[in-house]
Amino acid sequence: MLVEIFSILYQFADVFAFLILSAAGLAIIFGMMGVINMAHGELIMCGAYVTVGLVHGGFPLPLAQLCGTVAAGVIGVIIEVLLVRKLYKRPLDSLLATWGLSLVVTQGMLIIFGSSLAGIGTPEGSFVVGPYTYSTYRLVLFGGAVAALALIYFIFMRTRFGIHARATMQNAAIAQALGVKVGNIYALSFGIGAALAGFCGALYAPTMTLIPTMGATFIVESFVTVVVGGANVLLGTAPAGLLLAAVRTLLNASQGQIVGQIGMLLAVIVIIRLLPEGISGLLARRTR
Amino acid sequence: MKLHHKLASGLAAGIVLAALSTGAALAADPIKIGLLEDISGDLALIGKPKLNGSQLAVEEINNAGGILGRKIELIHLDPQGDNARYQEFARRLVSKDKVDVLIGGITSASREAVRPIIDRTDIPYFYTNQYEGGVCDANMISNGAIPEQQFSTLIPYMVETFGKKVYVVAADYNFGQLSAEWNRMILKDLGGTVVGEEFIPLGVSQFAQTIQNIQKAKPDWILTINVGAAQDSFFEQAAAAKLNLPMGSSIKIMLGFEHKRFAPPALNRMHAAANWFEEIDTPEANDFKKRWHAKFPNETYINDMGYNAYTALYMYKQMVEAAKSTKLADLRKFIATGNACIEAPEGKICIDPKSQHTSHRMRLISVDEKHQVKVIKDYGVIQPYWLGQIGCDLTKHNDKKQYSPTDLPKKKT
Repeated sequence: MLVEIFSILYQFADVFAFLILSAAGLAIIFGMMGVINMAHGELIMCGAYVTVGLVHGGFPLPLAQLCGTVAAGVIGVIIEVLLVRKLYKRPLDSLLATWGLSLVVTQGMLIIFGSSLAGIGTPEGSFVVGPYTYSTYRLVLFGGAVAALALIYFIFMRTRFGIHARATMQNAAIAQALGVKVGNIYALSFGIGAALAGFCGALYAPTMTLIPTMGATFIVESFVTVVVGGANVLLGTAPAGLLLAAVRTLLNASQGQIVGQIGMLLAVIVIIRLLPEGISGLLARRTR
Repeated sequence: MKLHHKLASGLAAGIVLAALSTGAALAADPIKIGLLEDISGDLALIGKPKLNGSQLAVEEINNAGGILGRKIELIHLDPQGDNARYQEFARRLVSKDKVDVLIGGITSASREAVRPIIDRTDIPYFYTNQYEGGVCDANMISNGAIPEQQFSTLIPYMVETFGKKVYVVAADYNFGQLSAEWNRMILKDLGGTVVGEEFIPLGVSQFAQTIQNIQKAKPDWILTINVGAAQDSFFEQAAAAKLNLPMGSSIKIMLGFEHKRFAPPALNRMHAAANWFEEIDTPEANDFKKRWHAKFPNETYINDMGYNAYTALYMYKQMVEAAKSTKLADLRKFIATGNACIEAPEGKICIDPKSQHTSHRMRLISVDEKHQVKVIKDYGVIQPYWLGQIGCDLTKHNDKKQYSPTDLPKKKT
């Protein structure tokens, strides 16, 4: 009995980690700036490619993952300054521009680096509970997801930058009048979002096939988590991850992956119908 | 005066040149080959070798004088793994470019998308992949391996060597579903049981639950017919969870070269039945590999699809030269004689008149923990017999249908 409970918890943690890590970066960029970043998957791919490239070059995995995260963050700042900044008042155009960027990047990577990179292998380590053996690295992924949430909370609730960022989010004009450098806040927030996407790619890199379009496998999960979570990343993303992971894990375990995926997407439709502003919309209304 | 002279001679030379070039064009209008292969998108990884194989064959054939003295021209379009684009591009190649033959398609879904379009024309279509078999269609010539060559060899070996309990991890579309059906039929005859069958939507990359289901079902071996780069992540994740079970497949190693892409030992104990894999060590195969790597030095692996794409053009050349025509009806008259054979790098391969599928020399291969490929068994040449047995005979009637073990042709009265 305990064995089965552990296995369900493990599967739940695994799905939860995938949802949160996929979505965190997208949620910040959407929540802070209202930009729907269609190049999100490519930032994930960037984190994974940098990580794998550095490991092949002799770096230890954790350091390579850190570099992958930072690289995606730096690229995010560059994207904000060169592309997205001009389009804040035109959200549909920013969607189109980032989508175009994503097409250019996947095709460019295909031309430059070829159709795939050699994998690096998941770090050794497994443990046994009852009849099942588990990979220890999957728990690292869960830890990564929790750490990402904690980091977002810390940055936006406990730092000066966070106060400025939240002020900008509420009313950019007033924040600017009070001396907040709104442009810098946007660039940094976009960078943090991009770095979180890179973090996702860096963490999943050892466990997956590395191809230029690998970001696409995260896209559905990231968008549904953000949509269910709503615009406020601090309030919405974690509960959305918990809810969707619960639905998916139970259906996966009892009915298989196909029903798991269908069920999760149906749950999303129902939630959006009942809560058009997502979970954070509901929580914000309660606390107001 | 001088200027006038120059102009006149220039004009004369121009006229001579123009006359020459139209004359040449009349003598040798190129034969147009329409090629649909994915070289971007999720399948680029396995599609690029197909384009390369076609280009290599075209170059070699043209350097040796073409087909019937005519050069061949390759018109390649990239459908990017999108079935709607497959249809759009197939229509374009047929009606606008007026190709003489159509080649290509990776997934069975893309083949079934293209087939109805080709069926309304009188041009031949070469499908160059291994697949789940069963297509009985006069327009289509299949030159990849099929279940009687792959599953009827692999599954008995796996059952004999590892045991009777099988778990199936399959991609959820026609290829995966029909391959699983073949597995059920063959296992039944061997007294084996399917202890679990899981169909995975394309694009899914997370397998923790599947791995646990497999451990719960305690199979003796796993049949892995998962498809695409995302689903291939299964191997890495299963190895990380120390699943360590023998695996068998009709598409791993020689097609997806997972043993080159994943860090060892993710593919340890994988088995496959193949007509081609780059590790084949015969003089003909080595010569072919040398020519390929000379033209494409960056190729990670010459997979069976790329190899089949290469042999398809030589098969086409042989058929056109024997029939002295590019028309489908004439080509099929030649196929009906049973002499449509070529000396391929794997050995002699022939098109079976009844089903228009290709005989292949099949070998059983396995991968060890260092990802070295070993040949376990050589089955010799295996004919594509199944369609003929169940009543498909394209020399008599054109069914234009795909059959499967549970969907057999109705008895003709």
